[in-house]
Amino acid sequence: MHDNATSPSHGEGLAPVENDFIRILKKRASSVAFWRGIASIVAFTLFWEFCARFHVPVIGNVPAPSEVLASLAVQIKLAYYWLSWADSMIRIFTGFIIAQIIGVPLGLFLGANNKARETLFPIFEIMRPVPPLAWVPVSVIFWPSAEMSMIFVTFLGAFFTVVLNIVEGITSIDIRYIRAAYSLGSTKRDIFWRVLLPASLPSVVVGMTVGMGITWAVVVAAEMIATNTGLGFLTWRGYVAGEYPIIVVGMMSIGLAGYLSSALIRYVGAKFTPWLKTR
Amino acid sequence: MNTAGFETADEKSRGAINIRNVTKVYDPDGACVLAVDNCSMDISAGEFCVVVGPSGCGKTTLLNAIAGFHGISGGEIYLDGELLCTSERMPKPGSDRIVVFQNGALFPWFTVLENVTFGPVMQGVMAKKDAEDKALHMMGQMGLQGISMNYPSEISSGMRRRVEIARALMNNPRVLLLDEPFRAMDALTKTVVHQFLLNVYDEYKTTIFFITHDLDEAIFLGSKVYIMTTRPATIKKILEVTIPRPRDFRILASPEYQRLRDECISAVHEEAVKAFKAGEREM
Repeated sequence: MHDNATSPSHGEGLAPVENDFIRILKKRASSVAFWRGIASIVAFTLFWEFCARFHVPVIGNVPAPSEVLASLAVQIKLAYYWLSWADSMIRIFTGFIIAQIIGVPLGLFLGANNKARETLFPIFEIMRPVPPLAWVPVSVIFWPSAEMSMIFVTFLGAFFTVVLNIVEGITSIDIRYIRAAYSLGSTKRDIFWRVLLPASLPSVVVGMTVGMGITWAVVVAAEMIATNTGLGFLTWRGYVAGEYPIIVVGMMSIGLAGYLSSALIRYVGAKFTPWLKTR
Repeated sequence: MNTAGFETADEKSRGAINIRNVTKVYDPDGACVLAVDNCSMDISAGEFCVVVGPSGCGKTTLLNAIAGFHGISGGEIYLDGELLCTSERMPKPGSDRIVVFQNGALFPWFTVLENVTFGPVMQGVMAKKDAEDKALHMMGQMGLQGISMNYPSEISSGMRRRVEIARALMNNPRVLLLDEPFRAMDALTKTVVHQFLLNVYDEYKTTIFFITHDLDEAIFLGSKVYIMTTRPATIKKILEVTIPRPRDFRILASPEYQRLRDECISAVHEEAVKAFKAGEREM
């Protein structure tokens, strides 16, 4: 509460965006729902601590929050922990960005070109149901290094989602917009850049957000199987070495990393689709 | 050709449309449906023409043919004496015949100003800055100030429709094609947009081809009301609306208005009943 009371005076000199942020924070902090949520988290943590201390069957095997916090305090001082973050992040973003670089133009092309879509789309339909993780063995054989094979499966996770979302986005554009654009004197090229592309942007953002989620699921599993670095491996190593608190530290780090990556995508996505803001 | 006089048409007398024996057959899955049958209309330059008829009677088919969205199966359509459509020739959509759609087609991803300047900028007839100046001036005259930087989703539906009409007029079209533009609006918003359209028409005298099945709207706005038969569509009756302009809501109480309305209702009612029965038969 003390923080909230002082922050507006700090906020006054800041850019409007930050003022907005503080205002939203203040509004949240003054709502009953917010404190109910906080209370629930506190209660959950206490329950967990209780179960661990008193060795309640099943749940009691999980390391207690106090142990996890102690372990976290040690971990964040270790370079290895931050290297694990960096390794996973690099894999995620390399795979993800390559998926966008190839997937966005391909999706736009397939969406805008009926013949190409009819010809190539069935391949996607066949490939799509195969979970990206099922690709791990093949890609380990296929690619010369473990790093490349992991980036490849991450790429696959994001690639199909983004292509399918863009194609869906373009094919569901209302014909009115295209007709209106032609009426107003657009060429085919204008239609692509000023109608098809912006109209599909919301789907691109949704595709990227979902793709980012899939990417994290894939990279963590791939790290457990195919390498000895990254947050996935950190978690796995905690298990193998019998250092159970590290498992939970790893899990939480992965959760936080996934959340931050998705938040980044949403933030960038909102910048590209200003007309969708709900205020 | 009776439209020969329009070859040297000046600004004020553009947009004469002659529809000659137009027929349109839809042929999905081999089941021929005759949508428009031997329909002829003569719309003079600068006329506010309203077409009324039962739902699905083929009104929009005519509009789409003029707009260049699809072809016709027989007959001809002339615009200012020039051949526009035949069964062999489908015109490209163009900025001389702009459509305002039933559900609106402002681009949600552009601001109001970007929408309004879209036509001239796309056609390359105006620099962006000039187009913006013209748009702001025009919107100011039309009572659309202060929204140029908003996105369409941020303004009311009545506002959106007015902006769309402004977007169309920016191109100085020969004919404005309005396909039930106010259909989904509540009664109060309708009175506002009706008055707006009347004012715009009085100001610009653009030929308007307006489709509706709201009879009050038809008589209140139009110079001539063309009542169509149920499918296959052809012209059943033409009503001259002699009520002088400028008009406002007070004319709704005039005896002349009542007379036209009664006449209109009896003609439309017959067709509506036919359409209803045809629907039952199909079921």
